[in-house]
Amino acid sequence: MTQNLEPSVPEQHTLGASSVLFGNLKHGPIAIASLILVTIVLIALAAPILAGTDPLLIHPTERLRPGSLQHWFGTDALGRDVYARVVYGARTSLIVGTFAATASIAIGLAIGVIAGYFRVADLIIMRIMDGVMAIPGIVLAVALVAISGASLTTVLVAIAAPEIPRVVRLVRGVILNLRGEPYVEAAISLGTPAPLLLVRHMIPNTVAPLIVQSSFVLASAILSEAALSFLGVGLPPEIPSWGNIMSEGRKYFQLYPGLIFIPGMFLAVTVLSVNLIGDALRDVLDPKMAKRL
Amino acid sequence: MVSYIFSRTLATIPVMAIVAIIVFLLLRLSTGDPAAIMAGDAASPAQVEQMRHQMGLDRPIAVQFVVWINHLLSGDFGLSLHSKIPVWDMIAGRVGPSFALSISTIAFSVIVAIPLGVIAAWAHGTLLDRVAMSFSVIGFSAPIFVTGYILVFFFSLKLDWFPVQGYHPLSDGPLLFLQGIALPTLALSTIYIALISRITRSSLLEIMGEDFIRTARAKGATEFSVFLRHALRNASIPIVTIIGVGAAFLISGVVVTESVFNIPGLGRMVVEAVLARDYPLIQGLVLVFSFVYVVVNLIVDILYTVLDPRITY
Repeated sequence: MTQNLEPSVPEQHTLGASSVLFGNLKHGPIAIASLILVTIVLIALAAPILAGTDPLLIHPTERLRPGSLQHWFGTDALGRDVYARVVYGARTSLIVGTFAATASIAIGLAIGVIAGYFRVADLIIMRIMDGVMAIPGIVLAVALVAISGASLTTVLVAIAAPEIPRVVRLVRGVILNLRGEPYVEAAISLGTPAPLLLVRHMIPNTVAPLIVQSSFVLASAILSEAALSFLGVGLPPEIPSWGNIMSEGRKYFQLYPGLIFIPGMFLAVTVLSVNLIGDALRDVLDPKMAKRL
Repeated sequence: MVSYIFSRTLATIPVMAIVAIIVFLLLRLSTGDPAAIMAGDAASPAQVEQMRHQMGLDRPIAVQFVVWINHLLSGDFGLSLHSKIPVWDMIAGRVGPSFALSISTIAFSVIVAIPLGVIAAWAHGTLLDRVAMSFSVIGFSAPIFVTGYILVFFFSLKLDWFPVQGYHPLSDGPLLFLQGIALPTLALSTIYIALISRITRSSLLEIMGEDFIRTARAKGATEFSVFLRHALRNASIPIVTIIGVGAAFLISGVVVTESVFNIPGLGRMVVEAVLARDYPLIQGLVLVFSFVYVVVNLIVDILYTVLDPRITY
């Protein structure tokens, strides 16, 4: 960074000091975001080593202790080590977020391709998607949890389902545009069967926008899991997740704000990093969309 | 125009119908026994049987749907499992706080976000622009419940300016009302401010490249008037669009915000209903929230034609 502050190459001066400074600064946040995300992933992977203690271990005699050498972030109302729970929470957040995002991208891709390619299916599918989109995400998720009870599977479905319509719309749009392309028409006139046409000529074109979209879906899925758990309708409370730690900390917030602020900070920073990386990916992979936002 | 409003309004009917079908099927396709879910956890086998008969589960699914939708259309959302009060009355009793919170959030967001977006576009490419847009990304990423507690920590616990929790309707006096709603509004606004300021900036930047802006400048219009009179007016359409798109965020946000600040509105009611496994109430709330979303988007679509006379349908 110090190099950027003192441009040694003479031509750069012609660009004006501000554009040199801030043109380069633009890449700064992305580097920091990537670094943060890598760190969070490493924390999640190394959770058993880093935590040092069992995040489920209850110590009734050591309830609500402030941070100390033994318990870095203190203990919660059941005497569990908050540091261990936050570290394992990284694992929960990333696993649940990644699973939900992958599921919604895969299902959304399949439905989107069908809608984009088959006219009759399009009409029906898009009406259904309009309906799903009209139900606000959290409300749909909460309703799903209410029916099937709060288990890991239900929560995954509840987080993934509201994300699907956006993916479907994106994929369908790409496929619809491609239908008019000369090379697609040529392939059709050569008698290429529909599955081959889709897999070889059309679906590869959805990859770039889908990569961009998946980062936003991931951010949204991580947030949804935390929000559901925070509201007490997400993962079962014994599972260490950032949302669950905050949910349990609500009662003690006035005296022990750390129970909410520490996991909350981890959550906010993770989501921010994923969003920033998504923004950067969009700038590179989807310049047209980047310009619009 | 009138015919457009009419046909656009008609177009909401199929969407709401799909929402109703989804809500209807959710319960029927779930792994549990729909009658047992509707009757609640405390129901005796006889009560479950009675519910099964009442819901018509022994009849074909198409007949069940017709019966159900007939009840809905006549305003019968069923009885809440716990209070035994009609769901519709319960919902109507909780609309006020949610409505007040939503309106104050939209108003506050627009007041803050549009100037922010204009400044960012004006100072395009400078540090000021970057700072404004960084705030927008952060605002979009910060979970409402974290923002909410940070606000409570500083403004209620440390500075003691606002109450930690609670809500007073406007009828309790404007001062109490504003005191109670200030922090929730601030917390819920962050996402909206992020969205609106970003879209304001980008649509302004796009419009600043148009010919009529060059013309306005050539005429000798001040930069202030170019921005506010010529550009911002044309940027209003994407801004209104994003308010409609953001309605989904707003509704989800209301659920979380009301829980953080203990506001007795529809959002907290959703959580209460789920924790109590009060399925008839959940069903009613899902339908009401979706209806609000559809109506907000209808209003936004109609606003287009008012804002931009070039758009004719």
